[in-house]
Amino acid sequence: MAEVSVKNVTKKFGNFTALDDVSMEFPDGGFFALLGPSGSGKSTLLRTIAGFLFADSGSIHIGNKSVDLIPVEKREIGMMFQNYALFPNMTIADNVGFGLRVRKVSSDEERRRIGEALELVQLSTLGDRKPHQLSGGQRQRVALARAIVTNPRVLLLDEPLSALDKSLRVDMQVELKRIQHEIGITTIFVTHDQEEALTLSDKIGILREGRMIQSGPPRSVYNNPVDRFTAEFLGDANIVAENDGNGRLNVSGNPSIKIPEGAETASALAVRPESLSISATEPEQEGLSKVHGRLVQRMFAGAMSTCIVQCGSHTYKMVARDQDVPNLSEGENIWLSWKSAQTIVIP
Amino acid sequence: MSMTLANQQRIKIFSLLSPAYLWLTVAIFLPLSAMFYFSFLSDVPFGQKEWFYSTENYQAFFQTTTYAKLLWKSINLGLMVTGCAVLVGFPCAYVLAKSIQGRSREALFLLVILPFWSNSLVRIFSWAIVLRGNGVLEIALNTILPFEVDVNLMFSTPAIVIGLVHSYLPYVILTSYLALQAIDDNLIDAARSMGANKLTILWRIILPLSLPGLLAGAVLIFVPVVGSFMEPRILGGRVGTYFGTVIEDQFVAVFNWPLGAALSFILLAVVLIILAVASPILRRAQT
Ligand SMILES: Nc1ncnc2c1ncn2[C@@H]1O[C@H](COP(=O)(O)OP(=O)(O)OP(=O)(O)O)[C@@H](O)[C@H]1O
Ligand SMILES: [Mg+2]
Repeated sequence: MAEVSVKNVTKKFGNFTALDDVSMEFPDGGFFALLGPSGSGKSTLLRTIAGFLFADSGSIHIGNKSVDLIPVEKREIGMMFQNYALFPNMTIADNVGFGLRVRKVSSDEERRRIGEALELVQLSTLGDRKPHQLSGGQRQRVALARAIVTNPRVLLLDEPLSALDKSLRVDMQVELKRIQHEIGITTIFVTHDQEEALTLSDKIGILREGRMIQSGPPRSVYNNPVDRFTAEFLGDANIVAENDGNGRLNVSGNPSIKIPEGAETASALAVRPESLSISATEPEQEGLSKVHGRLVQRMFAGAMSTCIVQCGSHTYKMVARDQDVPNLSEGENIWLSWKSAQTIVIP
Repeated sequence: MSMTLANQQRIKIFSLLSPAYLWLTVAIFLPLSAMFYFSFLSDVPFGQKEWFYSTENYQAFFQTTTYAKLLWKSINLGLMVTGCAVLVGFPCAYVLAKSIQGRSREALFLLVILPFWSNSLVRIFSWAIVLRGNGVLEIALNTILPFEVDVNLMFSTPAIVIGLVHSYLPYVILTSYLALQAIDDNLIDAARSMGANKLTILWRIILPLSLPGLLAGAVLIFVPVVGSFMEPRILGGRVGTYFGTVIEDQFVAVFNWPLGAALSFILLAVVLIILAVASPILRRAQT
């Protein structure tokens, strides 16, 4: 186990900059997510940490030692691929034991450690099968067992769960977290799924066009996005006010939106859909920001309901427990309100 | 309903396959049957001489050791040529499939297939020009090297092997290329992440996964090389007597078609036996 630190890494493919001065710390034993739109450089960063790619400038440390000159074979990492990349010509046990055999571990110990790893992923009985005889979820577990059996210092996962369907995916998330917790390995994973990133990780890093926009604990990134992109990428955000270009916030002539102190020169104000309340009459309490609008659509989705509200030129999205949404029909004039402390200031 | 659908399917499959079967019947089965018939005759049925049924042509093979020795020599030649072609062709296919991308790959591919496009006689005679004493190879070597060398490979086994390898190399390159192309690059990356070096990856992953293609190529080479006669004759001269050249003699020089046919079928049987014996062993090696 070891911490990983990425310092000012730049990686170019020809004259295309895939990673632009990226830095991020991954403390020992943590679970980290790299998040970003397609093509933002997540895989490139992961493969640079793994050692498949070498940075053009900057450096990568694993366990306080620079690994810039160490190729992937010597970095002692465990890696799991999106399509699992199990060796089709070998049995499950041989797949898991591959890294051990490469390390010339004695055959007794090899057998013991294969057994342990398969037990950890709850597949002890399937060691003799070939990969094509397993289900997607089982292959996934084999790939995980194979990645950790050599006791690597870091576990790297590139969209490990994206090939699974939704319910299996949630099971595997729980499983992945349990196993990671059990062996305490520093884990970095790439995902498209923001919810997955928020639930699993101790820290997330948001990439965009090769730059690390923001990194930090999920809650702090969610509540204090550094820019509008992050606010809208991580969860939904209703932009309630924007800078008018003269350094002043424009609340679209709506004085009932309160601008938090010191935020007059911010670039935008936002509010999360789940912070909003809806009512037929104007709410009277102190300390609320509110807007008047028309209910365009109300969507029931089991536990939660989503309302789309048109307020002048702005479209608001609101999410609440269905029982908290009063009986309103589409087309009615309504009020949206939120506690001013819930207003997100985008600097 | 499903019955009729299944029937329609069958009719469709049959109508698509029938041209191939027709072709196989006309082009291979009929002539081969005729030859098989000839091999049991005492003389060609369209000559002036009397002819009768006999197995003397097959007995001839066992009466002297000459034929068996020549067959053994041909099989050795087949193994040698196949071995050389695999050793040269597989790395070449690997580089084409895994290292080179884009247009240069297409260009190199064209070069690989080039021998297929030239007339085989032209190809063999150009090798003769290269390999003979005071030939292209010797002149070239003497231009580069500071000392004089005598290179006369003409009319020797190496010349035959060179000529045959050159003719049949594309088979092993093409079949290996297809097999290598199908190997997911992530498998190689996964092995590297587990600490495997290049040799381990080659031995444990790439070779086993591409073995079917490699073997297909090897069989495609081995079978015709064992019966080859043109290269041994032209490039081998006096040392170029093989089982294939003997068969050819029966047809074009001695006009003993029945003996030629019988020897051909013995060759076919031996080759089939070799393949049958080898296939379970090779299948086991694959896993
Ligand atoms: N070998 C390469 N040669 C040239 N460009 C590359 C190469 N690998 C990646 N790129 C480019 O670098 C950029 C980042 O790629 P990367 O694979 O890291 O994206 P990603 O964030 O993982 O996207 P996705 O979510 O779609 O997997 C992309 O624009 C891609 O086209
Ligand atoms: Mg990717």
